[in-house]
Amino acid sequence: MGAERNTAAVPTAAPRSGARVVLGLLWSDKFAFVAALFLIFVVSCAVFGPLLLGGTATSMNLRLRNFPPFTLDHGWLFVLGADSLGRSMLARLMVASQNTIAVAAAAVAFAMTVGGVLGLMAGFLGGWFGNIVMRLADIIMSFPSLLIAVVVLYMFEPRVANLVLVLGITRMPIYMRTSRAEVLEIRERPFVAAARVMGASSFRVVFRHVAPTVLPTLTTIAALDFAFVMLAESALSFLGIGIQPPEITWGLMVAQGRNYLNVAWWLAFFPGLAIMLTTLSLNLLSSWLRIAADPTQRWRLEIPRGRDG
Amino acid sequence: MAERAAPILEVRDLAVAFHTLAGELDAVDGISFDLHRGETLAILGESGSGKSVTAAAIMGILDSPPGFVRGGQALLDGVDLLALSEGRRRDLLGERIAIIFQDTLAHLNPVYSVGWQIAECFRIHRGVGRAEAYERAVDLMRQTHIPDPERRARDYPHQFSGGQRQRIMIAMALALEPDILIADEPTTALDVTVQAQILDLLIELRNARNMGLILITHDLGVVAEIADRLAVMFHGRIVESGSVGEVFADPQHAYTRRLMSAIPGRAPPPLRVATKVVGAAPLLEVRDLAKHYEVTSGLMRRRTGDVVKAVDGVSFDIQRGETLGVVGESGSGKTTLAKMLLLLEPPTSGSARFGGEDLFTLKGPDLLHLRRRMQVVFQDPFSSLNPRMSVAEIIAEPWSIHDGVVPKAERADRVVELLDRVGLAAEHARRYPHQFSGGQRQRIAIARALALAPDLVICDEAVSALDVSIQAQILDLLKSLRDELGLAYIFIAHDLAVVRELADRVAVMKTGKIVELGTTAQIFDRPAHPYTQALLGASPLPDPELMAERRQRRGIGIQMVKNG
Repeated sequence: MGAERNTAAVPTAAPRSGARVVLGLLWSDKFAFVAALFLIFVVSCAVFGPLLLGGTATSMNLRLRNFPPFTLDHGWLFVLGADSLGRSMLARLMVASQNTIAVAAAAVAFAMTVGGVLGLMAGFLGGWFGNIVMRLADIIMSFPSLLIAVVVLYMFEPRVANLVLVLGITRMPIYMRTSRAEVLEIRERPFVAAARVMGASSFRVVFRHVAPTVLPTLTTIAALDFAFVMLAESALSFLGIGIQPPEITWGLMVAQGRNYLNVAWWLAFFPGLAIMLTTLSLNLLSSWLRIAADPTQRWRLEIPRGRDG
Repeated sequence: MAERAAPILEVRDLAVAFHTLAGELDAVDGISFDLHRGETLAILGESGSGKSVTAAAIMGILDSPPGFVRGGQALLDGVDLLALSEGRRRDLLGERIAIIFQDTLAHLNPVYSVGWQIAECFRIHRGVGRAEAYERAVDLMRQTHIPDPERRARDYPHQFSGGQRQRIMIAMALALEPDILIADEPTTALDVTVQAQILDLLIELRNARNMGLILITHDLGVVAEIADRLAVMFHGRIVESGSVGEVFADPQHAYTRRLMSAIPGRAPPPLRVATKVVGAAPLLEVRDLAKHYEVTSGLMRRRTGDVVKAVDGVSFDIQRGETLGVVGESGSGKTTLAKMLLLLEPPTSGSARFGGEDLFTLKGPDLLHLRRRMQVVFQDPFSSLNPRMSVAEIIAEPWSIHDGVVPKAERADRVVELLDRVGLAAEHARRYPHQFSGGQRQRIAIARALALAPDLVICDEAVSALDVSIQAQILDLLKSLRDELGLAYIFIAHDLAVVRELADRVAVMKTGKIVELGTTAQIFDRPAHPYTQALLGASPLPDPELMAERRQRRGIGIQMVKNG
């Protein structure tokens, strides 16, 4: 009996409070830690930016048209230069983050929740319901998503809510298909059968056993999707059926700066960089989350503490 | 017998280690053995003892990194395999040493026909033409006794049964006429009757070709059946070696002795007086239970009219506190039977009454209440526990499904109590399933099954995936739980010895039917049905003399095969 008992060779840490454990796990992945800091910064810009800099971002100064970046001659607001109407790039970036993040986050959250739940149900119930859900996914996928968006937004008002809805629906199939495929595999596992034998309801099986196993995959996809949605939103804004000026988003800034690429590269570059860094941070954080949420993988974050990874 | 000339393979002080998080870990720690032509050397050990790593190191297929050979030699006719360059070694292997594995489906390419795959060996190594290579492949399939080889050579791996796939693997391994064949758990995944045939084939081919055979196994019965010499491995060392007769008759090392005494069913268990009340209604009455699957074909799922009868009219009773063993080979319907009783699959026809209530018509709260009285322990302890839940959450889950059984405040204490009951410690409650060994996980699964204080526990191959010594511990645990809690078991297994150890009565299943049902003593000592007799005759017993006698009767071991 002795030989068998000694094999669980993982050190048992003393119980700590939840938040401290999460912070500790985050600290041991330095990339994820920096990514989290950056995202906190972006989100606080989105929340407070328009309040603090709303006026600055729209005030024109024609003497500073296409003012180049990286000088402090006209104060810190112009450190990233100015746009074609002499407005501060930094202020505009910070203000634009609100619309950008709100639209992208809402669209992705909508797609993930609705698509994920539909996929879970399709996989778990199967039958005619599963068939309908999957054919629905096929129909959405077979249409070019931008085309749907253009048609819908042309017919309805190009309001933010409509934009979110359209972007969300066009991104839904990927969550439907992924979660259905995972459910089909997971529901055959013996631990699910064991739960049924205990008398667990379908609701419990889905939300206690199946969903937690599917969720990490969906969040990883969502992080990637975030960038796609930001770009799709900018394309629609560029066509004039997305966010309407004078409202601004990063995507719209990229689209507007495109004309000045040969004379003032910074007009398109900085909003593009913001999109890229946000997406990158989300990806780093989601891959960290996937490891941290999986008990069989968590040791990867627990072991290298005190040693540089 | 084998001439005592120089051995064909000499392994000297072989040491293999793995890089792990906790530093270097010695998997094989300085082992030495010899192999002569025409003899079978069995390397016996439990999982993690280093037996497969030894084979991998000799064959040069060690997972490297993290594994690496730390020292020692493997001399093939005096040439050290471990010191050769990659290219030279590859030339020698395959030509001189071949290996077969347990998992045949994983080692055959699913997109080529088996004839093509065997022929490939000839085309690459011998440079013979396509047609001739194919012809030779068919001939090899004939030698490994695959019926109708001309036609079957065009079939794909999934179209063969497990035993036939192992024959194909053997055919492939023998294509280049090696001097040494290493068989790594070749029959572990097979049914006993098929296992006996494959072992016969290995012996026949060894004798015909005068090969040396290294048999890696955890099964003492297999060792007794075909090995000449035996090396027992434990924690990376050979703790005992010698002729099979000697070691079995008089094991020297403490580990070997423990292994021998752990074999289930070796000594007939003392007659248990089952605490059953005579005349009382049985706990479970099963009548004419059947599960048929209609075969459909084509895009429209058209019914072809063919019906697969997975379970075909099964009837039995179980009293309170009684253990019914259900034995049968794969495809006999024993797992389907369990699934129907657990209400995981609806039956086609038949009835089952549990505690007087009709199992298949209950609904809602009545069904939920009944669920409490019947629980299950599955075969695979790795997938039957949710990897994302801690042990405490796993064991407490039944209580959150069934309100009011155990109040929330008492759950933590009850978890500790249950852990203690199955031989685990209180601090294990916070850990996750992957931090436990297979035997420990099975204990957790048992604790979960006990959480609702059931009357009946269905054990579906509950000890089949475990090492012999762990198996013995779990069987002891099941026995003591039965005696103390008055549990009834339906104990499903393919391993007759395990069933003999635990069951009061035994049902033998074949193609969906119970062919024989009787007390354990009746089934094992006076089997009436020919299939039961065949099953008992095929299962290897850890007794070399008995096995030699039995093989003699089957006509193997006598030189009856042509040379070449």
